[in-house]
Amino acid sequence: MSIIKVENLVKRFSDITAVNDVSFEVEEGTIFGFLGPNGAGKTTTINILCTLLAPTSGKAFIAGHDCIKESAEVRKAIGIVFQDTTLDKDLTARENLIFHAYLYNVAKDKMQQRVDDVLRFVDLYSRKDDLVKKFSGGMKRRLEVARGMIHWPRVLFLDEPTLGLDPQSRTNLWEFIAELPEKNKVTIFMTTHYMEEAEVCDRIAIIDNGKIIAMGTPEELKKAVGGDVIYIKTTDNASAKNEIERLFKFNVSEKENEIYMTCGMGDTCIPEIINTIGEKVISVRLQRPTLNDVFLKLTGKTIREETSSGNDIKDFVRAYRKRH
Amino acid sequence: MEFNAIYVIVAREFKKFIRERSRLFSAIARPLLWLFIVGAGLSRLVPSDTGVSYTQFIFPGILGMTILFSSIFSSISIIWDKEFGFMKEILVAPVSRLSIVVGKALSGTIVSTIQAAIILALFPILGFNLSIVQIIAVILICAFTSFSISAFGIVLATFYESYESFSVIMNFIVMPMFFLSGAMYPVKLLPEILQICAKINPLTYGIDAMKHVIFKFETGPMSPDIPLIIDAAVIILTSIIFVLIAGKAFERKG
Ligand SMILES: Nc1ncnc2c1ncn2[C@@H]1O[C@H](COP(=O)(O)OP(=O)(O)OP(=O)(O)O)[C@@H](O)[C@H]1O
Ligand SMILES: [Mg+2]
Repeated sequence: MSIIKVENLVKRFSDITAVNDVSFEVEEGTIFGFLGPNGAGKTTTINILCTLLAPTSGKAFIAGHDCIKESAEVRKAIGIVFQDTTLDKDLTARENLIFHAYLYNVAKDKMQQRVDDVLRFVDLYSRKDDLVKKFSGGMKRRLEVARGMIHWPRVLFLDEPTLGLDPQSRTNLWEFIAELPEKNKVTIFMTTHYMEEAEVCDRIAIIDNGKIIAMGTPEELKKAVGGDVIYIKTTDNASAKNEIERLFKFNVSEKENEIYMTCGMGDTCIPEIINTIGEKVISVRLQRPTLNDVFLKLTGKTIREETSSGNDIKDFVRAYRKRH
Repeated sequence: MEFNAIYVIVAREFKKFIRERSRLFSAIARPLLWLFIVGAGLSRLVPSDTGVSYTQFIFPGILGMTILFSSIFSSISIIWDKEFGFMKEILVAPVSRLSIVVGKALSGTIVSTIQAAIILALFPILGFNLSIVQIIAVILICAFTSFSISAFGIVLATFYESYESFSVIMNFIVMPMFFLSGAMYPVKLLPEILQICAKINPLTYGIDAMKHVIFKFETGPMSPDIPLIIDAAVIILTSIIFVLIAGKAFERKG
């Protein structure tokens, strides 16, 4: 059953079309990812789904409720971690959670227990009485995830949950998020512009300039760019090439003393190839396509196109130096 | 209306109010300054022909000032909440906009009434002899006036997005509201045009109602300007109107 259903969603701000005819569905209990560069329209889509923004046209449903007409029902069904922190820094971790529990009408006799549970869940129980302003970025993020879970939401939105975290905290948070659907019977809708992060998703929609340009499982998307590439170094490249082309019908090329070929599932191909030309093999390496390759192929640019602003800064510094 | 939500919005404000000692301190210091320095200075110029000194005359006005500043300050914190994102946490919750507004207005009411009660406790020093009934009546008037002013503050806060607007609100709305409220001088002695301004100011009615309760005279230049029944009606009516406007404004912006 689809727990999120979006049909031809459009959101125009005065001169920009932030979301341009977007449609998709999300299965209950899965992790669905929106992958796209800055300004792609990810946050705008989330804001519409969580009833904070009215779309220009199109429809959106969560758990069967219309996001525009039945906002109260939708709000009860969702939890959200916004892109920017929305904690009250002058309250303690626990007070922030209690505030949330009251807003969502969690039963009084269950409230304390539930708040303690989610605090333990994100490993912040020992810091529960500290003011949030004393927390690190990663702790604040975890606290927000905990807060989003308090009222047993059916869908949890995570808008760039690892924003501003160091690689280790990012990994920790992802391990934690990946387990959420199974442990808590919740569906996750997340956005990111990190390729590696999108890999935890069951399904991904790649969004650019307000439009979904590709959708599928990470595997499907990567296969669409042509699958894995196997590089083999042998004692006799020419005969190995012939043999492989004859037996496997692969298109084999040679470059820098290596032969290479594209195949759907590299990890199962390699043993078969070794079995046939094993005695000639010196080394083998497998290169998997990344989602970046997918994005590159579809748009002709890499997803983290931050070099432009990087160049702007370099240009500025150069010009500044000349003047002084 | 969601009473849990209203309760927790008020509880948050109250907790922060208790924690921020400096806020309470400056909220108490301001009226004291006006009462004992400005009041004492001006009382030499103003003849006390009704048997009331100038310092005594401005006492209801200073209670009104306490309410005005702390109610507006409490409501304006909505702008901070927007700036720091916390407002989104409230807006995305399954809570009606009216409950949010009522919760915020009650927050301002409680915090302001506590401060006004602290100032009111100075009455013996100022040479007043108030009965229990008078004290309770003044506190009730303070509470209702605070609610009205807080609701007005919320309406203001929905129009402003960032706290840079704070000084605009202070200089162009709060200070004129104070000076045109009959706090420092009787409304009936003002020029015609300023009298009209004072009459559209909800604070005027709150202060006037307190004058009715605190002073024993009903005539003379320092007497109340408006019948008590009208004061009460205006305070209650503006409370309702401002809460509804604020609720609508929240609905639209949210
Ligand atoms: N309130 C608004 N008014 C006008 N334009 C807006 C508004 N909100 C978003 N936009 C524009 O809509 C486009 C999409 O913005 P959005 O925040 O959805 O991007 P995003 O995918 O979340 O990007 P990021 O990865 O940087 O968070 C941008 O061009 C942005 O400038
Ligand atoms: Mg965003």
